[in-house]
Amino acid sequence: MVHPATSVPPSGTALPDGGTPATVTPMPTVGTGTPTPRRRPRTPASWVRNGGLSTLVIALPLVLVFGLFSWYPIVRAVVMSFQHTNLVQPAEWVGLDNFTYVLADPMLATAITNTLYFAVLALIFGYPIPLVAAVLMSEVRRAKGMYSALAYLPVVVPPVVAVLLWKTFYDASESGLFNTILGWVGLGPYPWLQDPSTAMPSLVLVATWSAAGGTVIIYLAALTGVAPELYDAAEVDGAGVWRKIWHVTLPQLRGILFITFILQIIGTAQVFTEPYLLTGGGPASSTTTILLMIYNYAFGGRGDYGAATALSIMLAVVLAILSAVYFKLTAKWSD
Amino acid sequence: MPTTAPVDRRRATPPADRGLVSASDRRRRSVRATWRTSHVGLLAGLVVVGLGPILWLAKSAVTPTQDTLRTPMALFPNGVDWANLSEAWVRFEIDHYFFNTLWLALGSWFMQLLVAATGGYVLSVLRPRYAKVLTALVLSTLFVPAVVLLVPLYLTVLDVPFANVSLINSFWAVWLPAGANAFNVLLVKRFFDNLPAEVFEAARVDGAGPFRVGWSIVLPMSKPILGVVSVFAFILAWKDFLWPLLVLRDVSKQPLSVRLPALENYVELDVFLAALAISTVIPIAIFLVFQKAFLSGAGMSGAVKG
Repeated sequence: MVHPATSVPPSGTALPDGGTPATVTPMPTVGTGTPTPRRRPRTPASWVRNGGLSTLVIALPLVLVFGLFSWYPIVRAVVMSFQHTNLVQPAEWVGLDNFTYVLADPMLATAITNTLYFAVLALIFGYPIPLVAAVLMSEVRRAKGMYSALAYLPVVVPPVVAVLLWKTFYDASESGLFNTILGWVGLGPYPWLQDPSTAMPSLVLVATWSAAGGTVIIYLAALTGVAPELYDAAEVDGAGVWRKIWHVTLPQLRGILFITFILQIIGTAQVFTEPYLLTGGGPASSTTTILLMIYNYAFGGRGDYGAATALSIMLAVVLAILSAVYFKLTAKWSD
Repeated sequence: MPTTAPVDRRRATPPADRGLVSASDRRRRSVRATWRTSHVGLLAGLVVVGLGPILWLAKSAVTPTQDTLRTPMALFPNGVDWANLSEAWVRFEIDHYFFNTLWLALGSWFMQLLVAATGGYVLSVLRPRYAKVLTALVLSTLFVPAVVLLVPLYLTVLDVPFANVSLINSFWAVWLPAGANAFNVLLVKRFFDNLPAEVFEAARVDGAGPFRVGWSIVLPMSKPILGVVSVFAFILAWKDFLWPLLVLRDVSKQPLSVRLPALENYVELDVFLAALAISTVIPIAIFLVFQKAFLSGAGMSGAVKG
């Protein structure tokens, strides 16, 4: 039996002949009985005999599914952003028209502002709370699992259910759930979703409720990786609890903190379900986000697929640049 | 089992009896007081915030509309209305959408498992020459935000290349793209990377081909990771909204997540809340049963992203 790594892909005959298996993966040659692969010229027949065909068949689900539903659409997104498509006539190259069209759309500035506002609010609500909760939870001695389960429970609630449920909480009447509770302490009633100034914070609150638990669990996992010796050492130096948090826990978590930060930005830049279902982008476009705009271009009746892809490509490029700069900056502090 | 040994050993080393707060810290009264209050606060906060809305939903699902509207925080001021549940289930055909959702989730789960298991096996164990390129291509999709795929994927499903069929209003439109999940593939690949290669090698020497090694050796060994992938795949499919909204235009094909917002407009509030509660039962039940897999998987996701 010859290791498949030494076999040849279908186009093998076109390759420089045998001999130099530079790409052979370093497998431990336990081979007591393994015959050393003889350096015969590779033929399709030997390729099949060595399991090359079977390997290809096993790789097929991945290649087909990713090919058709991931790689091809990604390439197509780039192509389409330079085209005008209406699905009836053949696509037509229009250069940068889609991009200039989107950039000139008066809605774009609003959508960018709203998305940034959402992202900033989501960071204020959703970034520190999971960290504090996780640090506290990591010190729980009994029933630790129950704490994690409680924190994670909202994450498994389908977002649509969460959003529609919170919509009833946000009922603007005096007997709405939140207004009732705030009424006990003499506040409100507030119009929540109907007022442009409170609509966005209301959306962020739902989104944070649905997502924070996942971050808590990530931090908890990272906290178990903090070496106890570091705490011992800090204590020898006379550090109290707060100083240990500041000088040991947080620095130890910094890698994961950097990552959750950028991941949250990337996630919030693509927020859709909350504004779509809670406010539909209103009132007065105060919650129209970039993804809502993309959706409206493509599926809001206009069928402007070119503009939609152009905007999504621009968003992706901005996010990519942002991440690259971010990782460059944080790399210095991470080590 | 030889594979579990290293995992167990690693788990045993960091002693759980030592964390941020030391035994001597605990003896100081101020620390103890602060720590205790913060823990009571933490538990109360978790119960109110994490569990509260779900309990409220459960309560309101069986409360008459007027009670929910007038006194949302009161507990059954005028009795329990169990009929809400049956009315939602039968009259508003939640049963139909429920089984649509179930079917969609099961199919997506199967696709994700199939692609992740075979893909991980090829990329990690079989490693043909093109494995490196394939891994890089799979990895690269992680860096493409989902929004980029939205429109071109929709158009792809509208007219699948080579096959020239439209998958719109077919469950395949949800199942097939669900399989293209790079995260799953890499998770499984990483798990396989850590399996002892000697076992596969030995099987190969004994004359087992790639299929045989995969089916009889790798698959049984990879149960833990496939369990993690499974629960996440299922819940992810159950939660999905935007994609089924786009590709399942036919109302009779839609899952709960797509149907619920439409129902909101013409169903009475109590029945609507009952429908919301019904939609939440399965994911919560799955979470409670497979808690370990969820919590370890969620932690793992941080590690992979890291």
